[in-house]
Amino acid sequence: MTTTYAVLSEGLEKSFKEVRALRGLDLAVAEGTVCGLLGPNGAGKTTAVRLLTTLLRPDAGSARVAGHDLVREPNAVRRAIGVTGQYASVDGDLTGRENLRLFAKLRRLPKAAARADELLDRFELADAADRATSTYSGGMRRRLDLAASLITRPAVLFLDEPTTGLDPHSRNQIWETVRALKAEGTTVLLTTQYLEEADQLADDIALVDRGRVAHSGTPTELKALIGSYAEAVVAHADAMAGAAAVLDQLTGSRPDFDRERHAVGAVTTDPTLTLPRLVRELDAAGVPLLDVNLRPPTLDDVFLRLTDRSTRAGTDDRADTQSGGRTDSKELVT
Amino acid sequence: MSALAYDGTAMLGRQLRRIRHNMGLLILTQTMPITMLLFFGYVFGSALAMPGEEYRAFLVPGLLVATAANGIMTGMFQAAQDSHRGVMDRFRTLPISRAAVPLGQAVGDLVVTAVGTVPVLLVGLAVGWRMEGSALEAAGAVGLLLLFRFATTWIGILLGLASRSEEAAGQLGGATFILPLLSNAYIPTDNLPGWLRTIAEWNPISAVTTALRDLFGNAPVPTDGAWPVTHPVAGSLAWCAVLIAVFMPLAVRRYTNGGR
Repeated sequence: MTTTYAVLSEGLEKSFKEVRALRGLDLAVAEGTVCGLLGPNGAGKTTAVRLLTTLLRPDAGSARVAGHDLVREPNAVRRAIGVTGQYASVDGDLTGRENLRLFAKLRRLPKAAARADELLDRFELADAADRATSTYSGGMRRRLDLAASLITRPAVLFLDEPTTGLDPHSRNQIWETVRALKAEGTTVLLTTQYLEEADQLADDIALVDRGRVAHSGTPTELKALIGSYAEAVVAHADAMAGAAAVLDQLTGSRPDFDRERHAVGAVTTDPTLTLPRLVRELDAAGVPLLDVNLRPPTLDDVFLRLTDRSTRAGTDDRADTQSGGRTDSKELVT
Repeated sequence: MSALAYDGTAMLGRQLRRIRHNMGLLILTQTMPITMLLFFGYVFGSALAMPGEEYRAFLVPGLLVATAANGIMTGMFQAAQDSHRGVMDRFRTLPISRAAVPLGQAVGDLVVTAVGTVPVLLVGLAVGWRMEGSALEAAGAVGLLLLFRFATTWIGILLGLASRSEEAAGQLGGATFILPLLSNAYIPTDNLPGWLRTIAEWNPISAVTTALRDLFGNAPVPTDGAWPVTHPVAGSLAWCAVLIAVFMPLAVRRYTNGGR
């Protein structure tokens, strides 16, 4: 079976005056999956979403969304997508009900009023339905915004930082909605600052850095890319060299030292290096061990490792960022 | 075209609801011309050579047109407000006619203007202004007034979409109050120095004001002066046609390409 892509972009470029926001974004989101766009501030995530939702026109490159060409058939794309922006994009002068009715009308729904009521109930906004949305709390506005994106079931839903600034209750509600939509077959492209959010929701992650997709894969694949961190805490400073020799041999990567804690650590991508084996090898070498850890990477580590600019000083080749994990692993301990 | 009519109607509904939710502002802007009519009519009216009652009859059409010219300010403010809100992004990601949003705004504004004209006319009647002409001519005057408002609103929408912030739009919009001062809306232009008189008479406000005075039968059409003033109805229609032909497409294009 061939994979159908709900979003497929090749070499998308966009510049604003001096800033090259996107420098060739290649993105492939399989139909019915949730793709998380992760990246530091200014990486180009929001620009990518604005291009893919027809708000911006690309300078170069091409993209198809829900099977339609972004530049040639913008209205066909618009019919197929739902968009929830970083800022609540509903009309503050209108009530929640008026907003949803307006969007339902613009979507040509025959029973606009009924659909509005249904969504108000579903997003727990029925009590506030007749208040101007400018009086809504952040969470309420975001829920209304999401409801407005779901007037008709979109083939592709774009969520630009959907939970930024939300309390845990509102956040969970939005997560539940995303999961339910995925179960119904909607493709979701979300940008987020929260790695936990990507870990929770995304089938695939595209790590965006400097206007390009630097890495992509499942969360597990990305974690495997940077490896686990093996660390030994020893009894005294003199024992650190011995521990380092063992770690060097086991992991094949250069250990780093924390002289205050008498700790030596190294990154490993070897799946056969288990905690018992690590302890046995260190003990066999006569290292006076106080503590040993083998910490699998979190998505935070992936994010920091693969997008952190400081680790890339002097390297301009992306292959170096992957192997970079073996030469310097300070961030992993933080 | 039917899509534009449908979407435009939905957007008109939005515009009217917004206005209804901001009643205070609406009342403030609608009572403004009445306040000015009373102030100008009695303060200036007692200082000018023209008898007070005659000046007030002269002033009513001028004030109506000056108020219509405020379409620049209103259009600008509303468009600036909209364009700096996320809701515009949502409209732009919907499969709707590109002209629907600004058209809804312009038509909504026209409805408000039409309703707002009634109290000004009533107060005008109370202070001595009369419709001396036929009902048909009076209807023509109101039609011309609304057409002029429609034209100025598009200037405002374009400027509002182009402005950097709501505040900037508010400040620039406030500066438009000088436009009617450079016309025959409040004073006759006969005694102005030559160059100023030319500027004032080529001001679209002058043409429309003269046309209204003519159609309401308040003052005869001047025999000398710039062409738009000596041919006020044709001049007004020409001015409106030019303004709409220039600013409406520019505003729609600006809206469509906003941020792109």
